[in-house]
Amino acid sequence: MVIDTEGLTFNFGKQTVVKSLSLKVPEGSIYGFLGPNGAGKTTTIKLLLNLLKTQEGSIRIFDKEIQSNRIEILSQIGSLIEQPAIYLHLTGKENLLNRALLLQIPEKRVDEMLDLVHLTNAAHKKAGQYSLGMKQRLGIALALLSDPKLLILDEPTNGLDPNGIIEVRELLLRLVNHHKKTVFISSHLLAEVERMATHVGIINFGELLFQGSIDELQTLNQPQVQIEAENTVDIANFLKRNNFTVTEVDDHHIYLPFTSKQKMSEINAILNRNGYTIYSINKQQKDLEKLFLAITQNA
Amino acid sequence: MGFWSSVLLPLLLCLLLFVGFLTHSDKLAHSPGMILWLQFAGAILGIMGSLILPMLIVFIAYSVNSIEHKADTWKTLFSLPISKLSVYSAKYLYAFFLVFLCLLLFVLFTLGFGNLLGALKPELKFSEYNVASLLTQVYFKLFLSSLGILSIQFLLSLLFRDFLKPMGIGFVCTITGVILAGNGWKYAYLFPYSHPMLAIKTIEDGMKGNNGDSALPKITVDLFTKEIFVSLVIAVIIFAAGYFIVLKKSVK
Repeated sequence: MVIDTEGLTFNFGKQTVVKSLSLKVPEGSIYGFLGPNGAGKTTTIKLLLNLLKTQEGSIRIFDKEIQSNRIEILSQIGSLIEQPAIYLHLTGKENLLNRALLLQIPEKRVDEMLDLVHLTNAAHKKAGQYSLGMKQRLGIALALLSDPKLLILDEPTNGLDPNGIIEVRELLLRLVNHHKKTVFISSHLLAEVERMATHVGIINFGELLFQGSIDELQTLNQPQVQIEAENTVDIANFLKRNNFTVTEVDDHHIYLPFTSKQKMSEINAILNRNGYTIYSINKQQKDLEKLFLAITQNA
Repeated sequence: MGFWSSVLLPLLLCLLLFVGFLTHSDKLAHSPGMILWLQFAGAILGIMGSLILPMLIVFIAYSVNSIEHKADTWKTLFSLPISKLSVYSAKYLYAFFLVFLCLLLFVLFTLGFGNLLGALKPELKFSEYNVASLLTQVYFKLFLSSLGILSIQFLLSLLFRDFLKPMGIGFVCTITGVILAGNGWKYAYLFPYSHPMLAIKTIEDGMKGNNGDSALPKITVDLFTKEIFVSLVIAVIIFAAGYFIVLKKSVK
């Protein structure tokens, strides 16, 4: 395990922001740390980086206790927390050079990083004049500068346009697949990480509601029967009268939990017999976005 | 910002004084070289001890820290593989350096402009007396006396994001310090914001004692007076305390 926390708890005053969190992030994974705004994601990340003092529980990174091995651990982590911390009065390149100087990294690496995040052309522009997306990319470049084994990114695609999001995703996939890095990435959008994450942790109100591989998340996902029809409300009421559970109704569709194929044909038959117009009936996986909402709302 | 303020302040003040002396050179022509120097340097030193130096320190301490507050880079600095002591002491040393640089420039500019005056207006007998070593000692003493304030202001600026709190506290303390030192309160030497003023006062007192002689008085600077000791002790204690606060403090 690259990150391994045990019963991690953190209070801001009387408010418990993180409740006995046990994160397990395996090596070589892209771990999507998901939760709505204010769920405790940033607090958890600050605990992982030792910016906040652990109050209860333990954090082990690279199998080492963080309090007693702070510098050794931090030297293998690159991080981006909330909005990137950039000196706005310096150019993009100067920001990187400044960090390179602090960490004793050869200057050559600065140009490589600028190239990697496509900022070479804007390298000599003041960072204050950068767009939000450019700042975010500079922040990622800063995080990658020391060639860390573990990347901790807090909502790195915030403020990026779709193109930028795809670029970041491809960059992260490349880092994990070709450079054997581990990426811990937080987000409030499941759709954003589901295409790259190998593992997912879902947090709300400071509690971990789900943790596992993306496949495990899929199996949680119950299939359902989707009926496309004319008078959806009438049909829904009719089905309810006939002891079927209806989970959702909208203007064009009715949804029921899928139990078996036989049941599905039964529904089809009974609706036809009673003269309802059905356009289509099929089995469907709920999309992960809805699953995410369901998980976070049931808590 | 802090860097330029500590360069421009001595330059501007000395330049102003230079112009003042140049335009009033006729009135000053009869004074002996030493008195000229004392008037020239003393004009700055008088307010230096009471107001300029403490306020400059307030500003320097603020500017060194505010750059990180503004860019929101504390969290990044403290998540780098660098010990907290290095981050903290590097910041402190830079502020320390700026104060030193500023006072050094005051010495150089005072000497430079004084000699320039002497060259431009030969009737001003600046060349009669060599003030360099005396001036250096006085400013060095001022520097030592200001370290207590520096530590306090540095810590305040580190802890508070905004300008008003460290500035307000610094301002009120400076005024208090001037009043305490000005009234000759017995225990003023225990209050760091009085130290620069006390440092100047002890030198002035030394001069008054000697000035009775018609011959040119000999001025000696007693570097290590008790307020200097207190200033140094406070500087070290607050610096260490600040480090422990940084160590314990959570970064927002």
